[in-house]
Amino acid sequence: MKLDVRMPIGLMFTIIGAILTVYGLVSSDTIYERSLGINVNLWWGLVLLAFGLVMLGFAIRARRVRHGSAP
Amino acid sequence: MQQIHLGAIDYTILIIYFAFVLGIGWVLRRFVKSSEDFFISGRSIPAWIAGLAFMSANLGAQEVIGMGASGAKYGMMTSHFYWLGAIPAMVFVGIFMMPFYYGSRARSVPEYLKLRFDEKTRGFNAMTFAVMTVFSSGISMYALAKLLELVLGWHFNTSILLSALIVLIYIFLGGLTSAIYNEVLQFFLIVLGFLPLVLLGLKDVGGWAGLTAKLQTVATQAGFAPGAWSDSWRHVGSATANPMGVEWFGLVMGLGFVLSFGYWCTDFLVVQRAMAADSMAAARRTPLLAAIPKMLFPALVILPGMIAIALHVTRGGLLPLGSDGTPNYNLAVPMMLGHYLPTGLLGLGLTALMASFMSGMAGNVTAFNTVWTYDIYQSYIRPGQPDGHYLRMGHAATVFGILLSVAAAYATTRFNNIMDMLQLVFAFVNAPLFATFLLGMFWRRTTGHGAFFGLIIGTGAAALHHGLVLSHGAVAGLKGAFLGAVLHTYPSEMAQNFWTAIFAWTACFVATIAISLLTARNKSDDDLKGLVYALTPRLRDRDLPWYKQPATLGVLVLGLTVVLNVIFW
Repeated sequence: MKLDVRMPIGLMFTIIGAILTVYGLVSSDTIYERSLGINVNLWWGLVLLAFGLVMLGFAIRARRVRHGSAP
Repeated sequence: MQQIHLGAIDYTILIIYFAFVLGIGWVLRRFVKSSEDFFISGRSIPAWIAGLAFMSANLGAQEVIGMGASGAKYGMMTSHFYWLGAIPAMVFVGIFMMPFYYGSRARSVPEYLKLRFDEKTRGFNAMTFAVMTVFSSGISMYALAKLLELVLGWHFNTSILLSALIVLIYIFLGGLTSAIYNEVLQFFLIVLGFLPLVLLGLKDVGGWAGLTAKLQTVATQAGFAPGAWSDSWRHVGSATANPMGVEWFGLVMGLGFVLSFGYWCTDFLVVQRAMAADSMAAARRTPLLAAIPKMLFPALVILPGMIAIALHVTRGGLLPLGSDGTPNYNLAVPMMLGHYLPTGLLGLGLTALMASFMSGMAGNVTAFNTVWTYDIYQSYIRPGQPDGHYLRMGHAATVFGILLSVAAAYATTRFNNIMDMLQLVFAFVNAPLFATFLLGMFWRRTTGHGAFFGLIIGTGAAALHHGLVLSHGAVAGLKGAFLGAVLHTYPSEMAQNFWTAIFAWTACFVATIAISLLTARNKSDDDLKGLVYALTPRLRDRDLPWYKQPATLGVLVLGLTVVLNVIFW
């Protein structure tokens, strides 16, 4: 593979997930009226963060295997 | 209509996305050394990446907006586009057609036609395809910019130029590989961007049970049986019993067979992704792996539309009304985004919409530059140049392909009818093509003249049928009956389109057989090795583990699709 596509995907979702999570923690509750009172930024931010980290994990592991320095 | 306001955080997410798609193009630019790297990724893409790109390239903004709109307008029957149409066609192309596409080493669908038939058939397909791709990316650009203008108040010109520029840069840098890798990123973004909307919507209407209860009100108010919006098959016994206005035969034959197989099996936009795979086995798995997420996509793209109409009817006023008093279905998905998502997640949802637009547009652009360079430029304008020349032409074709799309987008704003007219022409050209391929791949007696004139006759039959029929309530003209007489009136435009496709396919099929029998074969059995089923050695997949065998995967995918059809019968 020329570029492990999981790397940019992992990075992007980690960054966006972190931003949404932090925003969910600091934003006021009034903006969540439309989302049925659920702090969706916080919860979905965490989902994206987890997804991003898993993708990054796969990419990093694959890179280590390729370079012959298995963990 | 109240516009949706975006905050700083929404724009931040959008900008991060832009940075990543451009970054992928930038990193991949150093791998583009030859024209084959640029146009077919040097046949180096693993199956799962090609598979996600295969499904993502088809998932343009028009698909997301359009399927949501159909979900609101026709309800659960919209799932036929997936569970009756797309999936079986994808299994067919993977198992039966990919061996010829990939095995022939053709670099494009028109090139396969040249190898199998002759120059004129390839020329015809290359020209119509090039024109169609430019216009379809132009039309979807227009549709997206109009939508962003309406919903967000963004400037029409800014949206068009910005999105076109970004797609231009990343394809220019990394060619098809860049488009494909970005399509994988865009795939995940589309899923993760729209999923919270679906979950919130479902929670709000009280889950699937709550939704079906509300849809019963929608159905009875429209004068149908209570389940008309929430059952997929139960009301297709007669055309008047369902909102789509089609009966089972037109549905299965028109949508399930001709239109879906015509699109998935012959449209270079999707087939190109599989052709870029790193081996024959990977190429065959590409559409099959794509079929697995595709199967679940109705939940992501159709369901929001169904929820929107349920809320619109039972609570009132979710969808803006058009001038004729009917809801504006095209706004179902954008309105749902604005209705449920707070700032933050709203940015993610809009980024997903942008991503879907870009993946669709990149699909068109990469298909266009390949067909232009290999099948038109190299074949008719400047043959026999060194490879570097065609690589430069590919870069240039990317630029003018996008410029032409932008021009097509502006042409669409000037002439309201252009969109309807082109979609009509696409249907005329695409529907008969599948008959040509079917005969070409499975009947060695099919001749070049048979294929070429069969295609023309099929296209003519489509025009003739459309010119003599009309759908209920439509005015003669573009919508049909332009030949002056109305021989038949269909209950809906959808039914009319399905039957146009059936006539076109049948005419092409019969004419191709007849003309082939009357003309001499222009290719010997030797020429056709690897191009026709009977003359190609069977592929043996026994050494692969079961989850990598195309046939096993195909059966699995079809089995799951049957289960889905039965659950939502």
